[in-house]
Amino acid sequence: MSAPGGVLVIAQAEGGALSELSREMLALARRLADETGGMVEAVLLGENLGDSAGDLIAFGADRIHIGDGAAYTAYLAEAWMPKLIEVAADAPPAVILIGHDTMGADLAPRLAIRLGTTVATACVEAEFVAGRLHATRSCYGGAARETLSFKTGPCVLTIKSKSQAALDRNNGRKGEIVPLAADAVQTRVRIVERNVSAAAGVRLETAAVVVAGGRGLNGPEGFKVARELADLLGGALGASRVACDLEWCPASIQIGLSGRTVAPELYLALGISGASQHMAGCGGAKTIVAINNDPTAQIFKSSRFGIVGDCQEILPPLIDALRVLRDAKDS
Amino acid sequence: MHIAVCVKQIQDPEMPTALLRVDADTNKMMLTSSVSPVISPFDEQAVEAALRIRDALGEARITVLTLGAEPARQVLKAALSLGADEGVLLSDPAFQDPDSYTTALALSAAIGKLGDVDLVLTGRQAADFDAGVVGCGIAELLDIPAITFARDISVDGGTIRVQRVIENGHEIVEVASPALVTISHEIGAPRKASLRETMRAARKPIAVWSVEDLALEAAQTGALGARRVLEALYIPSRDIECEFQQGASAREMAQNLARRLYQANIL
Ligand SMILES: Cc1cc2nc3c(=O)[nH]c(=O)nc-3n(C[C@H](O)[C@H](O)[C@H](O)COP(=O)(O)OP(=O)(O)OC[C@H]3O[C@@H](n4cnc5c(N)ncnc54)[C@H](O)[C@@H]3O)c2cc1C
Repeated sequence: MSAPGGVLVIAQAEGGALSELSREMLALARRLADETGGMVEAVLLGENLGDSAGDLIAFGADRIHIGDGAAYTAYLAEAWMPKLIEVAADAPPAVILIGHDTMGADLAPRLAIRLGTTVATACVEAEFVAGRLHATRSCYGGAARETLSFKTGPCVLTIKSKSQAALDRNNGRKGEIVPLAADAVQTRVRIVERNVSAAAGVRLETAAVVVAGGRGLNGPEGFKVARELADLLGGALGASRVACDLEWCPASIQIGLSGRTVAPELYLALGISGASQHMAGCGGAKTIVAINNDPTAQIFKSSRFGIVGDCQEILPPLIDALRVLRDAKDS
Repeated sequence: MHIAVCVKQIQDPEMPTALLRVDADTNKMMLTSSVSPVISPFDEQAVEAALRIRDALGEARITVLTLGAEPARQVLKAALSLGADEGVLLSDPAFQDPDSYTTALALSAAIGKLGDVDLVLTGRQAADFDAGVVGCGIAELLDIPAITFARDISVDGGTIRVQRVIENGHEIVEVASPALVTISHEIGAPRKASLRETMRAARKPIAVWSVEDLALEAAQTGALGARRVLEALYIPSRDIECEFQQGASAREMAQNLARRLYQANIL
């Protein structure tokens, strides 16, 4: 059972380790719990979770509810809900944090309604103002922001990836681990097949450099050049929705509001106009560099460096020049 | 088969963001007359999904529902012109300024009133507030299963089969009707209204239902029943100064950029 006044994080593990977004949420949870005086608790369901419980404690949790078993191999809202309700309902926490990914966005509204409350999705910030939780999220395709408070409790928030900085791992932290029985649940929805491709190359979310292409790359050939540039910089390849819709690249690398969120050191936008819905997925990048043949393109308003030019003409000499500089630096 | 599709009227989300203005007194986005209201794109794709199911089955009744004041009738007409059979407009002063919860409450009550719905479709999120709560909210309130982020949907007998988008791939799931499915953009472009359907649409019925028709209390709905308070709405500025690379040729500009990225310790 969770303690009242606390912050409950619904964590996720990937390949036996705590997910990056879960670590980020723990840092936010820690900050909020220090204000309420409650505990940071976490619930983690999955299979072969390895030492994720240890990770949860090292990154800020005080008490872990962990269910490890075949019943939780793949996420299915109906299968997970009874256990989450069990943890959350009896002694409701003040705040529940869930990662805003395809799992969290699927789970959070249902959990919130079951608990008699509501959810603020894709939050980028949360703080207590005069004792009330204020959650800030972007809306209007990322062009506007709204701050919400709750009339009902607990306050359920899904947290946008990369909006928080994780705490440093502290192996000295102590925490309590409460095992949960991994009960199989009869579900109405049934998973027939699961196709997950290990994305080629560097992972988008952790890449220090992301090279992203849009309509201005003019086709799959342009994406080959973008891939070459990404490989040269040890980065990952991303794309605008238009490029994905045109099938110039896999749909799974779409950056933006209805795609993935990245916050690399360097984001190279090639032939991307900079629509707010695209910027919603890369606005957190430290430096944006744009190449676009339209000097009035919106993307330049968010870019520190830019070239007004045709990608087809700029990219080959850019790759050459970067290779020369890299080799000079390496030697 | 009876399919209910929930749609929302919004300002065109692809309008230049420079046109967005917040009315500080009401905390609302001001309507810009130069931008026409549209059916939220994911909802339009939900209508498309319903039409594809009907095309495949040869037969299905499609009801479109929207919550909004009288101008929202336009999105019902748009959906009827695409081929939906009938519309329901949930319109009542008490419904005004809802949150996701009171929107889901009114829509679920309306779907309950329709009675024989086998499949409820919504967009994955509305393209104005981008919350993505109403779909699953309706399913919870009706106590039917929900499947989110569909990129493909088909119906075979009483079984609904959905390909849903997940990180780095997709999964195929099945459920018996009744169920709710939220549609993602990967489903593809919606069809355009044909002249024939548009002519027919003029004769299709649109019912208008109030709080009373749905057997709800005014205090449960709209702003009164909302579970969240909108504290602030604003437009953050993120404009920064861009250093444009100059050069007589593409090669020179590219070389300058490469050099600047190293000088600034970005690479
Ligand atoms: C609800 C909703 C959700 C959305 N979600 C997303 C999302 O998650 N991600 C996303 O990316 N978009 C999303 N969009 C779409 C978004 O609004 C834009 O339409 C999209 O980002 C534009 O992609 P683009 O920049 O590749 O294409 P365009 O807007 O067509 O821009 C192409 C750019 O390339 C430039 N160009 C053309 N040729 C060249 C050349 N040879 N060399 C250099 N530059 C060239 C042009 O000047 C232009 O600026 C969403 C839209 C809506 C309504």
